[in-house]
Amino acid sequence: MKYFPLIWAGLWRKRTRTIFTMLSIVVAFLLFGLLQGINQGFNHVIRDLNVDRLYVSAKTNMTDGLPIAYADRIKTVPGVRALSHWTYFGGYFQDARNPLPAFATEPEGLFAVYRDLKIKPEYLEAMKKTRTGVLIGQSLADKYHWKIGDRIPVGTSIWTNKQGSNTWYFDVVGTFDTSSVGAGFPSFYINYAFFQEATALGGGIVHYYLVGVTDPAKATEVAKHIDALFANSTNETRTQTESELAQMQLKQIGDINFIVNAIVGAVLFTLLFLTANTMMQSVRERTSELAVLKTLGFSDTKVLVLVLIEALLLCLFAALAGLALAGSVFPMLKPIFGHFRMPMIVVSMGAGMALLLALVSGLPPAWRARQLNIVDALAGR
Amino acid sequence: MKMLRQVAAVTMMNLRSMPQRFGTSLVIVIGIGGVVAVLVSVLAMSTGMIRTLENSGREDRAVILRNGSAAENGSAIPHDSARLILDSPGVKRDTEGKPIGSADTLRLLNLHRLEDDAEVAVALRGVGPQVFKLRPEMKIVAGRMFNPAVNEIIVGKAAIKQFKGVAIGDKVTTRGATWTVVGEFSTGGDSHESGLMADAETVMSSDHRTTFQSVTVLLDSPASFQKFKDSLTANPALAVDVSREREYYKHQSETISKVISVIAYVVGGIMAVGAIFGALNTMYSAVSARLMEIATLRAIGFGSTAMVVSVLVEALLLAFIGGAIGALLAWLFFNGHVVSSSTGGAASGHLIFELAVTPALIAIGIAWACSIGLLGGLFPAIRAARLPVATALRAV
Repeated sequence: MKYFPLIWAGLWRKRTRTIFTMLSIVVAFLLFGLLQGINQGFNHVIRDLNVDRLYVSAKTNMTDGLPIAYADRIKTVPGVRALSHWTYFGGYFQDARNPLPAFATEPEGLFAVYRDLKIKPEYLEAMKKTRTGVLIGQSLADKYHWKIGDRIPVGTSIWTNKQGSNTWYFDVVGTFDTSSVGAGFPSFYINYAFFQEATALGGGIVHYYLVGVTDPAKATEVAKHIDALFANSTNETRTQTESELAQMQLKQIGDINFIVNAIVGAVLFTLLFLTANTMMQSVRERTSELAVLKTLGFSDTKVLVLVLIEALLLCLFAALAGLALAGSVFPMLKPIFGHFRMPMIVVSMGAGMALLLALVSGLPPAWRARQLNIVDALAGR
Repeated sequence: MKMLRQVAAVTMMNLRSMPQRFGTSLVIVIGIGGVVAVLVSVLAMSTGMIRTLENSGREDRAVILRNGSAAENGSAIPHDSARLILDSPGVKRDTEGKPIGSADTLRLLNLHRLEDDAEVAVALRGVGPQVFKLRPEMKIVAGRMFNPAVNEIIVGKAAIKQFKGVAIGDKVTTRGATWTVVGEFSTGGDSHESGLMADAETVMSSDHRTTFQSVTVLLDSPASFQKFKDSLTANPALAVDVSREREYYKHQSETISKVISVIAYVVGGIMAVGAIFGALNTMYSAVSARLMEIATLRAIGFGSTAMVVSVLVEALLLAFIGGAIGALLAWLFFNGHVVSSSTGGAASGHLIFELAVTPALIAIGIAWACSIGLLGGLFPAIRAARLPVATALRAV
């Protein structure tokens, strides 16, 4: 510890160079924190997804749909606590460029399956009474300034109603809190019964059955039971847990892991070079000073350690600053990704990277300092 | 004139001394190389995607969807409407006088990717009997064409390499039917090669659906598009949207390619900031290494402009080399690299495309590199110009 002022002085010997090197490292770890944070954040969200919900869709493809008549049979499966369903409505507001996450559903069952969605009982009651009603997530309602009692026109590209029109009218009867489920969650719900009655064609199907199970530990068992129920029928089902479903959807986009790792790899490699160069220069400039230290009786190993600690200080300090910066950006990403914080694992991964960076970039100059011959160094040879 | 000579002399002198600063110079080259490689590679993704989708479109073909539908999977066109559309003026007719066009029906199939077993949705397109006349670019490259009224299916050239269980002879299961793969087709590298094709009527009868999703027609000429469109929109029996095929496919990739570009520029931008600091470091140390030289030159009458230019040229040269290396790496590793990705739900099914590192992208990368070099060289250059001659000489 008593050598700290010495190391500190060495670090700030050339102020501009140290500051620029640090800023580069800060930027690199900001990027590292953001990319890995989002990547790991997704994985976390997927792992922490609710385990007591199952999603039943057509085995061939979700878009094929399942008959509405399956509802009664799924309800009879032991371990099923609550049941609802989603049918993709695919609406937009005013212009096809303002898509709405609109789904036809059976509202009471929906809020029984999603117990973490908060809704006032009177809204749910109103929804049951108003056939043309719609329940809207609070943030979506705020976005378009919709209030209870408003009658909103919704255009749809898929469902023509019996009047032959592609514009449907719905009455806002209530809002609900979506903060527990993230921004991607469907937040515009119409009554399936009304939809069924009013649609000109293609009724009678649902895209997903949503199943709440009594015991999360038995979720897989319930899933198997449901699929067995409809095996070898024309409409075979596939039942997935919430995290299986999310994983599948994520994989549709492509290999996110690979892309993130490739970019982070490129960034860190570049950085390694920069830091190594800074340390090398700094040691080269200090050749005579280091020789003086050795003359004063500092052992070879001690000089090596001094240089290494300097590199460590440089990297760790800047890396932590970068990670902290990334962490502070995360709350701003909330509207895109919903609820997630920078996972701790990313911070420890980052610290590990910084350590590695310091060792790899610090070791060659530190070794050089260790090997320094006093006479040669002082003579400037 | 005198100033130009000064500038040239000092710049050349500086460039000749660059090998002495090899290690530090490498920092700029590698730093900027990394930024450009990442930027160009990510942009190559959206370029490749757009290119594949645009390939699918020809000027003399038109796509008809149900009014208000953004994409085929949200559209429905009944039999009689399809008939009306095909018989409209402006549609090219074959030697027998039949209109050339195809009413298509679309299904999504869950298939597994070969490389990672991930389950993805792949398009099965039911096409009409005139598909080869409509799409002259379409060829059977292995096996044979499917026969109508039996459950036979052909697979796209890109799909056969990406997905499990679609080789010739394999069985593919859809709702209500099991199909045998009998052939492999190519459509000249467009998006259809990412999927499968079968006879439209057979597909529809297999799952008891009665509507087509879209109609594609061959026009008399690109110019007859307006005539064709007007006749359809004027027909009260039809509620359809008509677009040129090229525009339709281009539109499908708009959102996702925009998202990719934003990611590319955000990540590239953050990396560029880091690279600027690296460049500043290098150039400052280059200036301090030349301290004595610069001071001496100033003392014997060289102007400060010459100093500024010499530093900037060095920075730009290094940045250019870095940018070129980065673009080259991106091209070497990723040009033609095949990826498959969802196009964001708007287009139908999974799209297989090759990353495309185009000359335009390389130009963007190098421009990006030179901007970093310029910013990184500017402050050190100013420092070189403002150097108080007497102090600098004394320090030596």
